[in-house]
Amino acid sequence: MTNLLEVKNLEVSFKTFGGEVQAVRNVSFHVDKGEIVAIVGESGSGKSVTVQTIMGLIPTPPGKVKNGEILFQNKDLLKLSKREMQKIKGSKISMVFQDPMTSLNPTMRIGKQIEEGLIVHQKLSKTEARRRAVEMIRLVGIPNAEERYNQYPHEFSGGMRQRAMIAIALSCNPELLIADEPTTALDVTIQAQVLDLMKDLKEKTNTAIILITHDLGVVAETAERVIVMYAGMMVESGRVNELFENPRHPYTWGLMESIPDTNAAHKSRLVPIEGSPPDLFSPPKGCPFAPRCKYAMEICLSEMPPAFEIGEGHHSRCWLNDPRAPKVENEVAAGREKQ
Amino acid sequence: MSEALLQVEGMKKYFKIKKDQTVKSVDDISIEIKKGETFGLVGESGSGKSTLGKTIVGLQSPTAGRIIYNGVDVETLDKKSKINVNREMQIIFQDPYASLNPRMRVGDIIAEGIDAHNLAKGKARQDRIFELLDRVGLRPEHARRYPHEFSGGQRQRIGIARALAVNPKFIVADEPISALDVSIQAQVINLMEDLKKQEELTYLFIAHDLGMVKHISDRIGVMYLGKMMELANSYDLFAEPLHPYTQALLSAIPVANPKAAKRERIVLAGDPPSPVNPPSGCRFRTRCPHAMSICAEVVPAWKEVKPNHWTACHLYN
Repeated sequence: MTNLLEVKNLEVSFKTFGGEVQAVRNVSFHVDKGEIVAIVGESGSGKSVTVQTIMGLIPTPPGKVKNGEILFQNKDLLKLSKREMQKIKGSKISMVFQDPMTSLNPTMRIGKQIEEGLIVHQKLSKTEARRRAVEMIRLVGIPNAEERYNQYPHEFSGGMRQRAMIAIALSCNPELLIADEPTTALDVTIQAQVLDLMKDLKEKTNTAIILITHDLGVVAETAERVIVMYAGMMVESGRVNELFENPRHPYTWGLMESIPDTNAAHKSRLVPIEGSPPDLFSPPKGCPFAPRCKYAMEICLSEMPPAFEIGEGHHSRCWLNDPRAPKVENEVAAGREKQ
Repeated sequence: MSEALLQVEGMKKYFKIKKDQTVKSVDDISIEIKKGETFGLVGESGSGKSTLGKTIVGLQSPTAGRIIYNGVDVETLDKKSKINVNREMQIIFQDPYASLNPRMRVGDIIAEGIDAHNLAKGKARQDRIFELLDRVGLRPEHARRYPHEFSGGQRQRIGIARALAVNPKFIVADEPISALDVSIQAQVINLMEDLKKQEELTYLFIAHDLGMVKHISDRIGVMYLGKMMELANSYDLFAEPLHPYTQALLSAIPVANPKAAKRERIVLAGDPPSPVNPPSGCRFRTRCPHAMSICAEVVPAWKEVKPNHWTACHLYN
């Protein structure tokens, strides 16, 4: 497989009255063709800023890319002019946002919104674009496509709007689709429909997808690889099967332990991660998770752990993986075996 | 289990939206909540679960039906006892950003109920605020701060402290964790469980996150378009869902284990119909994989199909 997208040492910060927020710190990852990569993390972990930087959506100022490269098909997106970037946005890379109500234009018919990109990027004629738009509405599973073409966003339900967003995003056959919490605002039965649709489209069109979510269930069922972010950094990454079976970072353990197990016959108390994420105005010198970590050692507070390689493509930024560190029983994986 | 704390009988709540259109948000629902239990209420947006919760605590008056609290119909109470019932029933809201007055100090937010019900003054009031803050895991100095200085999880703790301030017996928690991050959700759930034990509370826990509802609830009711579809204790409901809607709902929960045998997922076609004009007969029939001709004609009866396991579906007639 070939790299479609490669992000190298990305650092993004925002200037505010309170100081400089270091939103993304030294993030590197890649996405292959036709692959679904999930990014999980809590609010403020930098997952949205990372993808918005890829899309060139960070307002500068106050935002600033301080370092790094974003190679898309071997071209550095950060070095492109506004014009060149506009050619890529919406045609080769497109994005689906969390809130389908505020990201659609309320005064424009759905069909016209889908056509927009086709006319601008693919230079289709109006009739051609219309034909294609109706086709897209059908493709994303909205019934009565002809009729829906002429409707406004407020006439659509939440799930339908999200489908319409996906139709817009996919209309120009992008190589990469970035979906920022596409199902967070939806009900579970509708979420299942939208996730199935995305997996289906990936099979049909071989579009690579970056899926941002905070739901580990969504990750396990949809993605092939996963990146766990915390306080602007990648703390762990790897193939989904491997990472769920053998997580090697206490934050990942914490995330897994704080969701209840719906299959368990007996109630066990949830194990929350105590405390709250660090202030990114002045992130701690050492591991950003150390203040909340049960296993924190002296070194964790003073020195940033490197990304230890656990297995092929599986990395964890935690000192526990150093050969000199005490052996810590991996509670989550152990708990799962027992069932 | 012990006796009923709260009985809802034939509750209806309709909203008029146009001249001749009404939304039947809650349509003829009867439930019984026992003393000391946590009753979970699940359903998708628009199913009427929040409306039911708000109507029970008296934030809205029902179109029809009775609310019986501690064996007494709330409507028949005199003014003084009614105020007392209102004090004993509190609510925690979903959005910790919108439900706290941004211009009030946290201490005054928490004490609002204390002041309204004249429970304490001066030093006693101050001590009570500190005690409540401590209860929910905040510090005394937080009383002087404003809501914007707190994170989502901390704000939800403030909301809980406000509800606790008036010594309630029954708390409706309307999606208390939906707006919070995963690791913070667990903190708030644990806090709610601890408080329930210490204060001998009874909860009506409304949410759409089925995993959390199962975790915290003793019994769960499933709502769809204003109607109760199924009711059972939480283990039975998950082990053996009877109603096709519950089955679909449970199968749609993503499981955080890629190795778990891929379950047969029942993907429901289409969206929930509009509550303005719900389908005739069974409201779920338009999306139901087992719909029969009778489903369009007759509203299925609410039946106890197994011991303590109720459902309204023609499949079990």
